[in-house]
Parts: sequence; C-alpha cells; structure tokens
Amino acid sequence: MKTRGWFRNGALAFGLAFLYIPILSMIVFSFNNSRLVTVWDAANSPTLAWYRKLFANGQILDAALLSLQIAAVTATGAVILGTLAGLALVRFGPFRGRAMLATMTTAPLVMPEVITGLSLLLLFVALEQLTGWPAGRGIATITIAHITFAMAYVTVVVQSRLAGFDDSLEEAALDLGAKPAKVFFRITLPLIAPALVSGWLLAFTLSWDDVVISQFVSGPNSTTLPMVIFSKARLGVSPDINALATIMVLIVATGVVLSTIWMKRQERRRLLEEQMARSDAG
Amino acid sequence: MAEKIIDRSNEYIRIEGVTKRFGEFVAVDNVSLNVYKGEIFCLLGGSGCGKTTLLRMLAGFEAPTSGRILIDGQDMADIPPYERPVNMMFQSYALFPHMTVAANVAFGLEQEGLTRAEIDRRVGEMLDIVKLGDFGRRKPHQLSGGQRQRVALARALVKRPKLLLLDEPLGALDRKLREHTQFELINLQEQLGVTFVVVTHDQEEAMTLASRIGVMNKGQIVQVGTPTEIYEFPSSRFVADFIGSVNMFDGQLVEDEPGHVRIRCPELEATVYVSHGISAAPDAKVSVAIRPEKIEMTRTAPEGSENRARGVVKEIAYMGDMSVYLVRLDSGRIVRVTIPNIERHDERIVWEETVYLNWHPSSPVVLSQ
Repeated sequence: MKTRGWFRNGALAFGLAFLYIPILSMIVFSFNNSRLVTVWDAANSPTLAWYRKLFANGQILDAALLSLQIAAVTATGAVILGTLAGLALVRFGPFRGRAMLATMTTAPLVMPEVITGLSLLLLFVALEQLTGWPAGRGIATITIAHITFAMAYVTVVVQSRLAGFDDSLEEAALDLGAKPAKVFFRITLPLIAPALVSGWLLAFTLSWDDVVISQFVSGPNSTTLPMVIFSKARLGVSPDINALATIMVLIVATGVVLSTIWMKRQERRRLLEEQMARSDAG
Repeated sequence: MAEKIIDRSNEYIRIEGVTKRFGEFVAVDNVSLNVYKGEIFCLLGGSGCGKTTLLRMLAGFEAPTSGRILIDGQDMADIPPYERPVNMMFQSYALFPHMTVAANVAFGLEQEGLTRAEIDRRVGEMLDIVKLGDFGRRKPHQLSGGQRQRVALARALVKRPKLLLLDEPLGALDRKLREHTQFELINLQEQLGVTFVVVTHDQEEAMTLASRIGVMNKGQIVQVGTPTEIYEFPSSRFVADFIGSVNMFDGQLVEDEPGHVRIRCPELEATVYVSHGISAAPDAKVSVAIRPEKIEMTRTAPEGSENRARGVVKEIAYMGDMSVYLVRLDSGRIVRVTIPNIERHDERIVWEETVYLNWHPSSPVVLSQ
C-alpha cells in the first residue's frame, strides 16, 4: 500500500505540474520588474508596474471591450440557432435531409479553422461584390463567422440534452390543454435551460479566444483581444501581456470556483430533500 | 373480483376498425371496441401487443392509419390532444420537474383561462382528495413513488375529464402500495363518475380494477368480457394461458351432446366429462383447460371412472396462503395443482407421495385448437 500511495501522489503532482506550471510561471512573471520576460529582477520585484501600464494602454482595453461584445452577441446568436437545429434534429423525426443537416451542423467541429476562416472570407468578399453588403470587413463579419462555428457546439450540447428528455413531459402538457408553442416555452425551454446556459458559456469562450478565423474576416478597425495579444507576442512578449493574461486567469478561476461551490450546494440540498421525502413517504 | 353492473345503453367510446401501422409493423390490427360511460375498462396484454398504441390514439398522440375513433359521439380524427375531453396519466407520471406539486396540478386549469382564485380552490380540493393537501409546495423529486402517482392522478383529474386514460398506473409501485392504491383508484372513479381506460400487462391489476377487460395479442383484441368471464370462460388457448395459470390437455371429442361432452386426452388415462355443451365439429381436435385451483388432490382413489388421474408429487412450493404442487402423471405429464392452506397442522401431502387428482365436470373449459 505504501508504494502505491507514493505512486499515486507522484502521478497527481506530475499531472498538476504539467497543467499549471506554465500558468503559474506566467503569473509570477507578471510581477517581475524586468523588461526582459525571462529574467527575474530580484531587486525590484514584485511590482504592479505592468498592471498600471496595462490599464493605461487604450489599444488593449478597446480590444478587450470589442472581444466582450462580439463574444456576447455570438453566444446569444449561437444559442438561438443551435437550439433550433438541435430541436429539429431530435424532435422532427426522420425528415428529408435530416442526415445532411446533422452532418453539416457538426462539420465545423472537425473542420480546420484555417479552412473555415478562408472560406468565410471568400464568401464575404463575393457577397460584397454582388450585393454591396457587408461593406468591408469588421465587427459584423467577425460576429457572423463566430456564430457559424460556435453554433455547431451549441447544437451538440442541446441535442444531447434533448435526447435525454422524457417526451411524455411534452405530451402531458399537450394533454392538459396547452398548445404546442406554450408547451415549448413553459415545459421544454425551462427544462433544457441548463444546456442553453452551458452552450452560451461555451460559445462565449470559443468566440473570446478565437484568433485564426477572426484574422481572416476582420477589418482595420476591428482588432479583437486575442489578435492584439498575438501580434504583440510576435514582436516579442512584453510583460504587460503577462499581466493581462493573469487577470483573465483570475476571472476564469473565480468563475469555476463559484460554479463548483454552487453545484456542490445544489447537490447537497437535493440529497437532503430526497431524504426528507423518503422519511415521510406514505 | 366483485362484478360491477355495466350500463350498456350508455356508450361512450366507439372504436371502429382501427388499424395503426408503423412502417411495415402493424401495431394495432383492425380493432373494434365499445366502452360504456362510467366503467373501468382494462386493456390487458403483453409488451408489444398494441395496447399502449391504442391508448395513445385515444389521447390523440397517434393517428389511426385507418378506422375511426368516436368519443361521446364525436369523431376524433382532426382533434388535437389539447382539445380532447380526455386526460391521461402517464406510466412515468410525467410530472413537470421544475414546478411544484400545486403548479403541476394547476397547469391544466391555467390553460382553460380560469381565474387564479378558482384555480387555487380546485387545486386545493383535488390535492385534498388524493391526500396530498400539505404537499402543494414540494417539488416532484421531494416525493415518494406513491405520492408522485397521486400527483399525476390529481393533475389528470382536476380538469374533470369525462374520460381518464391510465398507462400502467400502478406499475412503479411496490406490492403493498399497489394493492392499497388499486382500491383507492376504484373509490375515486366511483366518486367522480369518470370513465377509465386502463392499460396494463398485469393480469392481477386488471382483475381487481376492471369492470371489463379486453385482452390483446399481436395488435388484436382476442376477448372482451368481465373479469369472471375472462377467467372462467376463456375463449382461446391464448387467453386461458395468459390469464392465471392453467393445465392444458390436447384431446379429441368422442361424445358431443347438447348437455355434455366427453373428450379423450392421450395424457390422461380417464376420459374428461364436461357438463356443458360446446360448439365444435364432431371428432374435432380440442384442448381441455383446467385451472390448478379447481383440481382436488387426495391420497385415496376418488369415486367414478372419469375426470380423474393418478400421479406422484414431484415439487411443492409453499406460498403461505396456499401451496403449489407439481404432480407427475403416469403418462409423464406434469400437472399444476394449488391447495389453500386452510389448516395449520394438517398432515399435508409430501414429496414422492402417490396422489389422485379429480375435478368437477363443470370445471374444464373446452377450447378449439
């Protein structure tokens, strides 16, 4: 037992180190006073200099705001379209073209982003020549492109939730006199809401950190945050990027911790309620 | 198994030559059936016999491929589920998990556009009837199986339907609770005067609940009758075999009189004398069905030369209220006999004892093969 315990702890430590040492070193270096990213200036560190510099940098702040906006719109659009596609795939039975729709909606999951980006760029250019819209590339084209591939992920999430859905719930609502539209909004939608929330978050994240597709369909005044980071990194990583990344890690970590606590609490309450139900079962 | 009086003048459901196909598969095959107002009609059959499909067609979730369904004289062909005067209790109960018990029950009334006060009053009333008055604010997952079943019942009944469809209403309950709930269901049905159509695969459930039973097999109704008719006078080998257990002997008609018949069965040394006439061709091959509880088992040879057999006890299953004996006849055939355990210290028949079996001439049922 003793050797096995040692092995298990070692494996755990190695796994965690593999995943988190890069992030940890980045956080540490964000407090480094040196201009050279890889040299630790022991004399003047830690310092918040790079954070101050970051918040004075209008370009990065604008890019972050733009990314947020695009991600929010993308997530919302992808959830609406993805839900409709998921519903069609699960609920409408074997309609003509079902197999094709199923393949086409999930294709962006496996399609290389370079190809998706390039094809969208060609489409937008051709459209502009034919109809005059979109006039140049910018926020609109980035958003449309993001919705296109994020929708595929939402469709998969919603589809799996609907597949595990007890059809008789909807039938019961119909039976009790609710018309189909009402059944959807009162029964189906509330019950698949968790899938919609996770689909929204997934789409948001995908849009937030996409750089390849954005690179293809962006215009001169629409540089998203990942694009800024990417271009800055190419010129040599400056420590204020470390500071920016640290803030992002902090936000994500807070979100994860909060949601874990919330889920644990829900689980405990559910168990308690079930115990209560059993104790006064009659 | 008390027989209820059925008012046959008051037809409520008429099913006329209804067939339902799913692709190549015929789920319901040319079924015609009448259900009368205020009765509990059970559709009984094994899985895949089409009973649930028939129920779903009454609710409006499936449309018949051909044939007509009339409820209260009205053709249901173009009427969607949400406009039918019918409510259904689902096998899974289908309680809305995101709503409280009271909200579940109120859902149907909200669709009728009643005032909030009226809805609350009727929900409260209904929850009191099913003895869940204090549970209105619970969520379905905070209830036990029996309580969920009653919420589902309350939700379906609160709309005061003329017809309630129940899909395996007691299937998910344990044995003790089932028995109790069966009688509650019957009471409720009598109290509210609703017509029930119940789907079940459990013959015991059908026997206790039903005023009439329709036995289904392979999409067809094979027999319709009161529980007693179905049990005592099955019309086919399938029904005799499906309802309860039965000893079936193949044989040949040797004497066919209006008042009695005699049948020779190769597996029985004595002839079978049946004290009622049957309608079969002379010399026809027939089956004789005898219920295990209608056979008497003795240590000494019975009087008479007919309706008897001799064998050796091979297996005894003690069930508490009765014992099941498997007796091997001289012909090698195993016969099932059930004997009620009336006395406690009786000298019961034991393994490997030689016994004589006999039965009353009115007991056997003759079925054509």
